[in-house]
Amino acid sequence: MISQKEDALFRPIDRSRLESDVIQRPSLSFGKQVLINIVKNKMAMLGAILLFAIVIMAIVGPHLVPYSYSDQNLANGSQPPSSKHWFGTDDLGRDMWSRTWYGARISLTVGLVAALIDLVIGVLVGGISGYMAGRGKLGDRIDNILMRIVEILYGIPYLLVVILLMVIMEQGLWTIIIALSITGWVGMARIIRGQILQLKQQEYVMAAQKLGTSHAKIIFRHLLPNALGIIIVNLTFTIPQAIFAESFLSFLGLGVQAPFASWGTMANDALGVILNGQWWRLFFPGFMIALTMFAFNVFGDGLQDALDPRTRK
Amino acid sequence: MIRETLKEGGMGMYIVKRLLTMIVTIWLIATLTFIIMKSIPGDPFASDANVLPEEVLQNIRAKYNLDKPLPVQYVLYMKNLLTFDLGPSIQSETRDVNTLIADGFPVSAVLGLQSLVIALLFGILLGIIAALNHNRLLDRLAMFLAIIGISVPSFILAPLLIKYFAVEWKLLPVASWGTWAHSILPSIALATTPMAVIARFMRSSMLEVMQQNYIKTAEAKGLSPATIVIKHGIRNAILPVITFIGPLFAVLITGTFVIEKIFAIPGLGKYFVDSIFNRDYPVILGTTVFFSTILVITLFLVDISYRLIDPRIKLTSRGD
Repeated sequence: MISQKEDALFRPIDRSRLESDVIQRPSLSFGKQVLINIVKNKMAMLGAILLFAIVIMAIVGPHLVPYSYSDQNLANGSQPPSSKHWFGTDDLGRDMWSRTWYGARISLTVGLVAALIDLVIGVLVGGISGYMAGRGKLGDRIDNILMRIVEILYGIPYLLVVILLMVIMEQGLWTIIIALSITGWVGMARIIRGQILQLKQQEYVMAAQKLGTSHAKIIFRHLLPNALGIIIVNLTFTIPQAIFAESFLSFLGLGVQAPFASWGTMANDALGVILNGQWWRLFFPGFMIALTMFAFNVFGDGLQDALDPRTRK
Repeated sequence: MIRETLKEGGMGMYIVKRLLTMIVTIWLIATLTFIIMKSIPGDPFASDANVLPEEVLQNIRAKYNLDKPLPVQYVLYMKNLLTFDLGPSIQSETRDVNTLIADGFPVSAVLGLQSLVIALLFGILLGIIAALNHNRLLDRLAMFLAIIGISVPSFILAPLLIKYFAVEWKLLPVASWGTWAHSILPSIALATTPMAVIARFMRSSMLEVMQQNYIKTAEAKGLSPATIVIKHGIRNAILPVITFIGPLFAVLITGTFVIEKIFAIPGLGKYFVDSIFNRDYPVILGTTVFFSTILVITLFLVDISYRLIDPRIKLTSRGD
């Protein structure tokens, strides 16, 4: 009687149930997981493919037509797009297709290199400054000095620095990049510092500190990855900003000089004629800038999602 | 009361210290600008050199102290600066630098503030809408707008705005400054890029904030979605936007060269660029000092506002 009742209460466990504890999904390294997330993200892949296509066209584009970026043909000036000149011609009869893709080389180089330099210096200065603020007297001093340097670089007239550089150095692409980088990183540094100031109050930072993790490791392994969204967003602005800053420098006679072309200078040259209905002069360089921006932004958004371990589904 | 706050090494002391460093920072900026400015070749009277006899040029140089050795020029300038006298303008004989700023700044400030308000309002709104509809149609639409805003710089947007709104549809005046209607187009042209940047920042940090545990707690408590977004979401996500608009505020209210030129607005912006090309030394230094003063005050206010927005943030090791 009793044993029967016990049987009803205590049934032997079903052995197959134990298998529910087995981890079914393969364990993936962080890098692999990010790669899978990115490839699965359709918008991010679209961005990557677009960027790849733009870079390829910058390399082969000018060779697809029989005109060079500097060939002038005054009799054939200001022509709208046609089967001969796919993107039309400018006022000197230069082929816009060739110039657009040639300009891509200069604009992309300026944009990417300037963004990369901004990122490296900005992350270092902003990360250290934000982390050190409120960390003893020495920490306060480090933050104070770094932020005062940022203020001074913001305050000195940028144009004056650029002219000085032009006096010291030779005119050219690398001078432009250095000119853009001298003050370019200060915005990034301040954005990162602000993020770090907020993030370092979180519990996981306190836990890492109590475990004796080094300052550098806390900054680079714990704080910066959590600020990544904002860093990526900021980075995507630096690229078009550099492209436009280059055109501003060229406009002032300090940048790339004719007959060389860049997207920024082409857009700038087009301003005088856009009101006469020559839309193609502004449309093609402008569209390429927007397309590059779009590609970087969707890829950046995808990267932000992919790098966040919480988004694994 | 004051003494106590100072003694405790609290916020009061922090503010006093920062105010003192501000003066040092401005002095450093002025000094470095002076050195760079003088090491660039050029002469404010280069265009007169062929027309005027040498003796006259000598006299003009003496009038602006340009004949004295550089260290003397520097000390003379700094002395004037202590009395808030920014000196004469070489280009404009009738107006000194103080008058240039007094005339131009109010115009630039109105324009700058107006565009800043537009950028903030619409930027934050777009960013929140995008974040709350992550990867859905509204998100894509808002970010498409933001990408256009970033890709089309003001110097391209401004002529297009003039062409349609002023020339073709005749809704608003073409250029110049006077009534409020004159300020609409330049404000929009100035606001679009910052608006797009703010929208992108806001979206990114809202996405981050909305998956935090305290948001789930707020939801579990049964707070209305509006309260959650406004009180818990925005407040935690606004920090990057605040950091971004700090320097932007200083730049916008002291005037922008391109927009003021395109719309023929009598603001302060053109002096920043023109003075450098004319080697109008007192104007270069005067506008730099003026801009730097506004800049360091703004960056200080940004730091203070971090504490107001997120009281957990510590700016110094003394607990405040």
